[in-house]
Amino acid sequence: MTRLLQALVAGLGNGSVYALLALGFVIIYKSTSVVNFAQPALMVAGATAVIYLGQAGLPFPAAVAGAMALAALLGLTVERTALRPMIGKPVFVIAIITIGVDIVIRVVVNRLLGTNLRAIANPWGLESFDVGGVFVQQRYLAMIVTLAVVVTLLFAFFRYSRIGLALRATALDQETALTQGISVGVTFALSWAIAGALAALAGTFVGTGQSIDQQTWIIALKALPAIIIGGLDSVGGAVIGGLVVGVIEALVGTYQPTYAPWLGNNFQLVSPYVVLLLVLLVRPYGLFGTPEVERV
Amino acid sequence: MLAIENLEVVYNDVILVLRGVSLSVPEGKIVALLGANGAGKTTLLRAISGLLDIHDGEVTKGTVTLDGQQLQRLSAPRIVERGITQVLEGRRVFAEFSVEENLRVGAHRNGRNLGAGLERVYDLFPILADRRKRTAGYLSGGEQQMLAMGRGLMSDPAYLLLDEPSLGLAPRLVRQIRDLIVAINGQGTTVLLVEQNATMALGIAEHGYVMETGKVVMDAPAATLRADTDVQEFYLGLRGEEGRSFRDVKHYKRRKRWLS
Ligand SMILES: Nc1ncnc2c1ncn2[C@@H]1O[C@H](COP(=O)(O)OP(=O)(O)O)[C@@H](O)[C@H]1O
Ligand SMILES: [Mg+2]
Repeated sequence: MTRLLQALVAGLGNGSVYALLALGFVIIYKSTSVVNFAQPALMVAGATAVIYLGQAGLPFPAAVAGAMALAALLGLTVERTALRPMIGKPVFVIAIITIGVDIVIRVVVNRLLGTNLRAIANPWGLESFDVGGVFVQQRYLAMIVTLAVVVTLLFAFFRYSRIGLALRATALDQETALTQGISVGVTFALSWAIAGALAALAGTFVGTGQSIDQQTWIIALKALPAIIIGGLDSVGGAVIGGLVVGVIEALVGTYQPTYAPWLGNNFQLVSPYVVLLLVLLVRPYGLFGTPEVERV
Repeated sequence: MLAIENLEVVYNDVILVLRGVSLSVPEGKIVALLGANGAGKTTLLRAISGLLDIHDGEVTKGTVTLDGQQLQRLSAPRIVERGITQVLEGRRVFAEFSVEENLRVGAHRNGRNLGAGLERVYDLFPILADRRKRTAGYLSGGEQQMLAMGRGLMSDPAYLLLDEPSLGLAPRLVRQIRDLIVAINGQGTTVLLVEQNATMALGIAEHGYVMETGKVVMDAPAATLRADTDVQEFYLGLRGEEGRSFRDVKHYKRRKRWLS
């Protein structure tokens, strides 16, 4: 029982990180129809910014806020320079361009990181709460709470704010959005900015449990099964998909070595993809996706 | 005054669709623009509203001016800011949004007057007030047309461009839309009304234009057009046999008559 609860909390915590990345991905996809493979680079760029701002003496919250702003700016710049001129090109071509952008950003960030392992100074470390005999790491709770806050804010933003409504309107019908006076370019840039900020937040949390190095970007790839499980165009699906991936990984990591050792070592790394395949068999467009969504 | 002079529009760099169109919409009036499918009416509206870009179209000659100032280089949002709003053909409501959300999107550039705008629209279209929380996709065709027009009014435009508002509506609803256009115009909004339903459009407009394959072939006060035998035959259905519409009439025949 203790093991189960601990696995669940860790899974939900890590899953929250995947969900933040998946959210950025879905927001960009919905408003611009771009499949953004540069999310990993935005994540490590954000994490690196937190490290540098922390070293510059900023307290943790300020460093995170600063990194989110920088990553937002980076996302915005990428959209304006690399993606905007490509509007109207095939989805596939644009997806390849985002892979190029991902590589370019990571090369620059790797120079900043160097070959050392870098830690993000953060308030939680590996401290735990004792909840009725179950030790729960504080950082996992911080991730879960942060995700809840982010989802609430995003929900309110998209539902009630003028700009949020404009983003959704553009996602539904660009020409009609234009006739309402909405600047479609601005909404594109804004979606990238939001995705950048969310990626930086995800990167920060990744850096609380392990050091940030040149391989950290690989973690962001777990957002892919998350969005495919949830559906490319569903914000709620991104959240649930992220959490599902985190929990499956944690449960498999906890129980598989005991109960199914024949599946081999590190099976938890593959497990999200197994679930992904099962989901696709039943619902090819993801749990919450729209059937006509194109896949790349 | 909104004025279009000698306008030429090309799609995809090769397809010449407007061939020197001139037309003017004086402030406070209702002007009707008639023409068969494919004549170029929608293209003309796109040229005014800054929507050619996303259709790979381009103004290659001529001007669009509002009170003497050129508009044809401005982006769609800038044109809305100048007080010209187009209601697209086919209603195009945001189907997933509620009625009120649709109207709020319409007020994107006019957020400060959101309350007054909603009040005006709900006053003009009481049915929308009843349905304000309803998902727009579930409204009837007539209600969706009213929503599209109401949404267009939320930016408080001086000029409202309506693209075939009566399309696909039953006669009773067409009359209702007609009366609403008159009411909107009565509140001071100038209307450029693109229609295939000439009876309706010429019934309320002061002036009318008829387009044929990218050219204006008639330009006259609405009363003159109503009395014109060609317009009667091909648009008002007064002389043709029952059920015969202008669409069935060979194109060259019409053109010959108008040009002769
Ligand atoms: N995006 C486009 N690309 C190429 N040709 C177009 C495009 N839009 C319209 N056309 C062509 O331009 C002509 C005029 O179309 P349109 O302006 O929609 O006419 P109307 O509104 O009077 O029916 C038609 O022949 C149509 O096929
Ligand atoms: Mg048309």
